Formats: sequence, structure tokens, C-alpha cells
Amino acid sequence: MKKLLVVLCAPLALAFGSSAIASEGGYRIERAPIDPTDLVSVQAGARTFVNYCLNCHGAAYMRYNRLTDLGLSEAQIRDNLMFASDKVGETMKVAMSAKDGKEWFGVPPPDLTVVARSRGADWLYTYLRSFHRDPKAATGWNNAVFPSVSMPHAMWTLQGEKGLEIIETKDGEGHAHTEYRWSTLSEGRQSTVQYDATVRDLVNYLVYMGEPSGTKRKLIGAAVLFALVVVFVFAHAMKREFWRDVH
Amino acid sequence: MSSRLMALWDWFDARMPSVREQWNQHAAQYYAPKNFNFWYYFGSLAMLVLVIQIASGIVLTMHYKADANLAFGSVEYIMRDVPGGWIIRYIHSTGGSAFFAVVYLHMFRAMLYGSHKKPRELVWVFGVLIYLCLMAEAFFGYLLPWGQMSYWGAQVIVNLFSSIPFIGPDLSLWIRGDYVVSDATLNRFFAFHVIAIPLVLLGLVAVHLLALHDVGSNNPDGIEIKKTKGPDGHPLDGIPFHPYYTVKDIVGVVVFLGIFSAVLFFVPGMGGYFLEYNNFIPADPLKTPAHIAPLWYFTPFYSILRAVPPLFNSVFPGVAMMGLSTLILFFLPWLDRAPVKSIRYRGVYYKTALSVFIVAFLFLGYLGTEPTNVWGQSGAWLGKAERATVAARVFTVIYFLFFLLMPWYTAADKCKPEPERVTM
Repeated sequence: MKKLLVVLCAPLALAFGSSAIASEGGYRIERAPIDPTDLVSVQAGARTFVNYCLNCHGAAYMRYNRLTDLGLSEAQIRDNLMFASDKVGETMKVAMSAKDGKEWFGVPPPDLTVVARSRGADWLYTYLRSFHRDPKAATGWNNAVFPSVSMPHAMWTLQGEKGLEIIETKDGEGHAHTEYRWSTLSEGRQSTVQYDATVRDLVNYLVYMGEPSGTKRKLIGAAVLFALVVVFVFAHAMKREFWRDVH
Repeated sequence: MSSRLMALWDWFDARMPSVREQWNQHAAQYYAPKNFNFWYYFGSLAMLVLVIQIASGIVLTMHYKADANLAFGSVEYIMRDVPGGWIIRYIHSTGGSAFFAVVYLHMFRAMLYGSHKKPRELVWVFGVLIYLCLMAEAFFGYLLPWGQMSYWGAQVIVNLFSSIPFIGPDLSLWIRGDYVVSDATLNRFFAFHVIAIPLVLLGLVAVHLLALHDVGSNNPDGIEIKKTKGPDGHPLDGIPFHPYYTVKDIVGVVVFLGIFSAVLFFVPGMGGYFLEYNNFIPADPLKTPAHIAPLWYFTPFYSILRAVPPLFNSVFPGVAMMGLSTLILFFLPWLDRAPVKSIRYRGVYYKTALSVFIVAFLFLGYLGTEPTNVWGQSGAWLGKAERATVAARVFTVIYFLFFLLMPWYTAADKCKPEPERVTM
């Protein structure tokens, strides 16, 4: 039996051992301290999202009234979160056309409905905190996680302007080392701690939006597993009863 | 049962006795060996997963749009706006991986206990056909969410056909229905996925079971229970499939559903192995992803494809080897020349060969999920080749040697004597 367990667990270990998304630039991805059950944080993230992201990015599969998941009423959603459309049953479409987006930024800004599922929370959390000034870039901005990114820093008034010096060195054995030296060029409206919290809330919201049923999923799962344990007890007892005369 | 119900049943039975006869032949009076162990759950589980996939698939078809402009959005519509849609979708996506997991274990069982050997060659051959059908089913279905991985995975696989000499380019064009994977491709893949392949699959499952029930099930001892029959004409070591194995399989089903639900409700994406991260980006024909990998159940064969070096700038040798690596399974019953069936009574050669084969298969599977430069480059002594490619080549050779050398090492093996009766 032990041998069997080892055989069965080997592929699982293989599956979880590797994976994780690396950033293109080799910049270290930080763990996003998010908590999808923290509704206040998700609500704050939703507000940041409609204020700072929804001007260029859409969330074409996310309906405004779905935000009632977060404990908001439809009136609250309409009054506080809807600037781009007037019907609460509509999806979070963006007013900017893809054609304009391509002209202004080189690529149309991608839809963000499921961005947390393709990029992952950690990548988003690090990316949104890693913009820096770059005089060589067309927009004047660049990103340590996503070098030559087309997107300018949408929340720069909050974070302020950062400078980044990337120093590449080789040690005695020829291994390349990259050092990132951050500097502050101008202060934003928020302190570093406040800005990290803002991004945390926003990423929390993006994760929620990527799979609105995510929290419910786990609750249902726990109930299903409990029910199966109960069924197992009866199924096992029935098998033993029937097999009594076999041996 | 009340007398009225009995009367109804008698009325029915008088007019259609074949229902009772079939039930008896395949369940109530089908004698299965009494010593089935853990490995014997996966046949019935594979049937269960087939039913799960068909049932969940039917519901998905009600909401899915097979249209290049709408497909990605319709999947998100199912995940968000269709009540309970996310459960159905996760059941289907988890079911796809579960199908392969169960079938791989089922096939491994056959190799452990010699279930492919005489007189069950046809059972094995139909089984391999089911496996090939399953691969086609998975391939066609994977395009439907119309994400980046769907799109580029299909693009890569269909392009493989274009490497076939002479007919290749026309063949791949014919499969695609366009010069690139497009709406036309999506529509035909949808047709294959929801009707053509499932029909064939159901037919093959029926034939697989009929062939099995004609010769009777093998068992962990690999001996024929029909050789020792009792005075009633039934095998002494056999027990009626129903109720004994129906109640036992129910236990297996509950445990399976536990694992299935744990994945479905807690890690439906399985860290990118069941639902790939890139597949949450809509298909973009102008943007090739940096790293294209198939889902985990195809990766051993994908590794073989990448491992074989191209010839005259053509990847056809790799394509041919990948094809052969699945087709060679058909010949297993005739390559295996051991006098005994079960691993319990086989000699050290087969035990070693099977272990090495499984390690090679798992490693090929792992390597197929990674880019070929995952282990960096080797030193000058190997011409600075990518280490992972070198490893994949070694494992590919092992994969084929397991089959090609089988007639010799199984014949030369020092087997132990088989018992007369099954051991519990």
C-alpha cells in the first residue's frame, strides 16, 4: 500500500514542484498579500479599478450588478462605481475604442476580466508597484517586471515617480547578476505603505473579478467533500456486508 | 416488490426477455475473479468519467458558441452568468484530465497483470483504439475555449501534419479548412468533439466490454479462473459481478468523486496543469506565445516529438516517432512472450523493464511541460546541447526499447510457477 501511495503521489509532486510564472525581465515577483474574503478590501479595489483602470481597459465579461456579491446594493453600485454606462446589468465595457488604443499606445489595452487568471495575483501585485520613469520610452514610463511595457503608470499621482537603475554585473565565475536600484523622483499622494495597500485592494478585486464564484466554490466544495465522507461510510459498510461470504 | 409491479415486470419480460438476458450475461451472472485489487477500480471509473463528460458536455453545448468571435466570451458567460455554469465547466475540464489519469492507470494495470495477453488481445486492441479516440477528443475539445493555448496548440498540431511528405500541406489545409486556424477550424472541431468522436468512443467502449465479457476478466494472479469450475458450472474463484463488484465499485466511485471534487472545488486549474494560464487570454493569431505546451496528458508524446532531431529541415521524423509511440501499443500482446501473465510470477527482466519504462514515461511527461532549455546547456563534451533535449532523447530510446526488446527479455525471463487457484 505504501508503495502504491508513492507511485500515485509522484505526478502530483511533479505538478506542484515546478510551475509559477516568472517575469520576463527576471525581476523578483513578490507574494501578493491578498484575501478574497476581505470584502472591504475587494470593494476598495473595485473603486480603484473603475477610477484608474476602466478608462482604458475594459472588463467586458463582468457585469456591474455582479458586484452585489461584495455586499453592495444596486443603488450603491450605480452611485459610486458607474461612470462608463448607465444600466446596472451591463458589462464593464470601455469607452475607448480598440483602434484608438492601438494608435495611442501601440497595442490596444487588453481586457482585464480574467487577467488575474492569466497573470496571477503575485505578478499583478509586483507589476503595479514597479513602474518607473524612463526617458527613452514613448510614454515616459517603463516597468521592472514588464520591460518596454506600452502602458504608462496610471496611478502615478498616488505612488509618485520612481527612478530605476539596472546594473548588470558578472561575478568571477561568469554568472550574470542584475541589481535594481530604486530612487524616488517625486512623492505621490500616498506613502509607500498606503500605495501598497491600494494595489493590494486592487489585485484582490482583480482576483475576485477573474472568478466571481471563487469564494463560493470553496464553500460548496467543503460541503460536497463532507457529504462524500458520509456516503463513503455507508458505501463501505454495504460492501463489507455483501462480501462477508466471499473469503 | 409488490405483486402489481411483479406483474408489470413479467408482462415486460414476456415481450422483451433480452433485457433480463443481457443483465444476467453482463452483470448478475457474469463471473469475475474474486481477487480484484486496487488496480481494478479504473475500468468502471473510466466509464463513470465518460458519463460525467457526456452529461456535463451536453449542458455546456447549450450555452457555448462555436464562433471565433464569440467562443471565448461564451465560456466566460458560462463561468459567470449561467446559474451553476462554473460548476459544469469545471466538471468538464477536470473530467478531461481525470479521464486520462484513470485510463493511464487502467492501462498500467493491464501491463502489471498481463491483461493484454492471450486470450484478451482484442480487449487490449479495442482499449488502445479507445485511448486514441480519447486523444482526438481531447485535442478537438481543447480548441473550443478559444484561448491562446487552444489556438496555438491546435496550430502546432495541425502543422505537424504538413510535415508528412507529399500530401502534408494539402492534408493540414484540409483538416484546418483554412490557411490558419480560424472560425472554420473551430466549427469543424466542435462537430468532431461533440458528436463524431463521442459516437465512435461509445461504440468502442461497447465492443471493449463485449470482448472482455466473452473471454472473462483477468486478475492479479493472471490465471484463468474458468479452468477450475464448481459442480454448478461456475468458476470456483469467480463471483457474480452484481452485486459483489457493483457494491465494491460504488466505494471506488465515492473515493474517486472525493478526489475529483477536491480538485474541482479547490484547485480547478491545478496550478496551470488542468487549465493553462495562457488560455485565459483570448486567441490572437498575430501573437505567438513564448512557450507552447500541451496539457499534461500529451506531454510524454510531445517530448518524443521534440526529442527526435529533424532530417533535411523537416520535423517529419519526430512526427513519425510520436505517431509510432502510440501505435506501438497495439502490438503489445504479441511482443510479450512470457509464459505467465502477472507481474507476481514474472522474472526480474520484465519487472525491471516495466519500472524503467514508467520512469521514462513520467520523465518524458515532465520534460514535455517545460521549455527545452529548462536545465540549461551541457558542457562542450556534448556539443553544448540542451540538457533537457539530451535527456528526452535518452528516455525516448528507452520508451521504444521497452517494446522492441520485449520479445527477447520476456522470453528469457525466469518466471515463477503460477498457482492453481487465485490468492487473496
